[in-house]
Amino acid sequence: MENPNQVVLLETMLLIRRFEEKLEALSKEPGKLHGMMIVCTGQEAVAAGVSAALEPQDVIISNHRSHGHLIAKGAEINLLMAEIYGKRTGYNKGKSGTLHIAVPEVNALCTTTVVGGGIPIAVGTAFAAQYENKDFVTVCYFGNGAADEGSFHEALNLAALWNLPVIFVCENNVYSGAQRQEEHTRVKDLADRAAAYGMASQIVDGNDVQRVYEATAEAREKCLAGDGPILLEFKTYRWGGHSTTDHQVYQPKEEIEQWKQRCPIEKLKKELLGAGVLTEATWQQLNEGVMKQVEQSVQFAEESPWPDVTEALEDIFA
Amino acid sequence: MQQITMGEAVNQALREEMRRDEQVFVAGEGIGVGIHSNPKFPTFGLLEEFGTRRVKDTPVSEAAIAGLAVGASVMGLRPVVEIMFNPFFTIAADQIVNHAAKLRYLSGGKSKFPLVVRMKSGSGIGAGCQHSHNLEAWLAHCPGLKVVMPGTPADAKGLLKSAIRDDNPVIFIEDMILYFVPGPVPEEDYSIPIGVADVKKPGGDVTLVTWSKMLGAAFKAAAKLEQEGISVEIVDLRTLVPLDEETILKSVTKTGRLVVLHEATRTGGFGGEIAAVVAEKAFAQLKAPIKRIAAPDIPVPYSKPLEEFYLPNEKMIIESIRAIMQSKEQ
Repeated sequence: MENPNQVVLLETMLLIRRFEEKLEALSKEPGKLHGMMIVCTGQEAVAAGVSAALEPQDVIISNHRSHGHLIAKGAEINLLMAEIYGKRTGYNKGKSGTLHIAVPEVNALCTTTVVGGGIPIAVGTAFAAQYENKDFVTVCYFGNGAADEGSFHEALNLAALWNLPVIFVCENNVYSGAQRQEEHTRVKDLADRAAAYGMASQIVDGNDVQRVYEATAEAREKCLAGDGPILLEFKTYRWGGHSTTDHQVYQPKEEIEQWKQRCPIEKLKKELLGAGVLTEATWQQLNEGVMKQVEQSVQFAEESPWPDVTEALEDIFA
Repeated sequence: MQQITMGEAVNQALREEMRRDEQVFVAGEGIGVGIHSNPKFPTFGLLEEFGTRRVKDTPVSEAAIAGLAVGASVMGLRPVVEIMFNPFFTIAADQIVNHAAKLRYLSGGKSKFPLVVRMKSGSGIGAGCQHSHNLEAWLAHCPGLKVVMPGTPADAKGLLKSAIRDDNPVIFIEDMILYFVPGPVPEEDYSIPIGVADVKKPGGDVTLVTWSKMLGAAFKAAAKLEQEGISVEIVDLRTLVPLDEETILKSVTKTGRLVVLHEATRTGGFGGEIAAVVAEKAFAQLKAPIKRIAAPDIPVPYSKPLEEFYLPNEKMIIESIRAIMQSKEQ
């Protein structure tokens, strides 16, 4: 496997970071966004590393913390931002909002906020690959909390039974709502659960984008060779609360600070500066370019028209 | 014309659609090799004809079965999955209610989910309330789902073909008693459109709206009432969603009287919806208050006399129709 361009990886993570920071800021301004925002700040390496190992035809199924997954898979941030604003120009004409954005254009076919709800659907998309003998994999993102749902058990059991080409990506960010992992399960590593289904698994540092990429690329090859499915557990951390309305009363400040020291973006930036691939000047350029894109997406969204109310009655049946 | 049961008619529809379209596959618990294997059951012999690639026996995992259908359909396949009994859909409900029904809307009309979920339903089999519980009203209450509930073998075959060819999620509810009741079914290829009710028997005095298994009792009651000089028009709904309001309203406008009959329990039953539509749109044409005939608000009991008590019967229909004929004009 050929290593992905490290600067591109860095840029992807940075774009996700700035996008999410913008949403957090906008959510504090009255009259801008409708409802809470669920952001993935601190977890950018998972989305960026996974998608770097995927091909356009590969399918992703995402969850409530989806923006990073979608951006990394190639969704355009103007159309994402417009959707989050509830505008007609958004990917789903304002019907999804932040929580359920589907981007079929990049094979991000379902974003579901029912915790664990996407896992059985990934079985179906992976089944389609097997049924039609096509070369694509499905990546199913979910959190550590979703591994407590019954749908997780049913879906992993069936996917393993049928050897389906699906990569189950457990993005373990320590929290399930307000519960720390030790408060919602006795299991230390959720990857252990794969053994219960006769499935392979791997535990990976989710803040190291290169490791994430390598594990995903390897899993993808296995799936395409008929040795799927696989469960990847990426250990990471949610810097913010569950959503922008969460005051994080349960999350120790020191813990957040410790994890910020392990920032995935800072880590790669430091490595690339050390290796001479990046200079402070090119870093500044990168950052400014990304900031500009995000600002433009906000402008695009704010200037976009609202959907006509009659559109609420459309798109139910095909 | 061939005389076959509803189970055999569904089987023919599945076979013919699977032969016609490679994208169609079936999946569910025991649909290939099953504990309920019976020549009168809909999936009998499919495994032998189509093999394990297209006839997928699954573990006992209703959520995974429904999720399989959602995911496979968005990729362009046409899954026909089976939830063994109507009340078991509650374990698959998240996939059906939150995903199959809503994902097209959430995509802004970009994605399609051409899937069929078949469910067996109905009391009268002595299996008690966790196997026999008609929940069509729950499903009809979810925008994004079409709900089909045939009452004859010919309708079952024609409607299932339409359901498989439909680009939307269709819930197809089959009564188990009807699996063994024969009826005429055309030999040639045909389909029946979803969303069109059928006047099964014309009449002038009272409109009896019903669907699925209750059609049989409706016919028997109507034949007896005919001898008393009361002419009953039987409207077989066949499809609950989309609802064919036009056929119902046309009939009520003609007769001026409406009786709604269903096997499901009374409170929150779909009969209430029919009554409301008629009250809203044809109140002035009514000569008497609307009547509903439904099961009492209890779980389906096991004991034979108790189960028989649960199911609305011919006698209740006759009494209701006699009563509505005696009601004074409003």
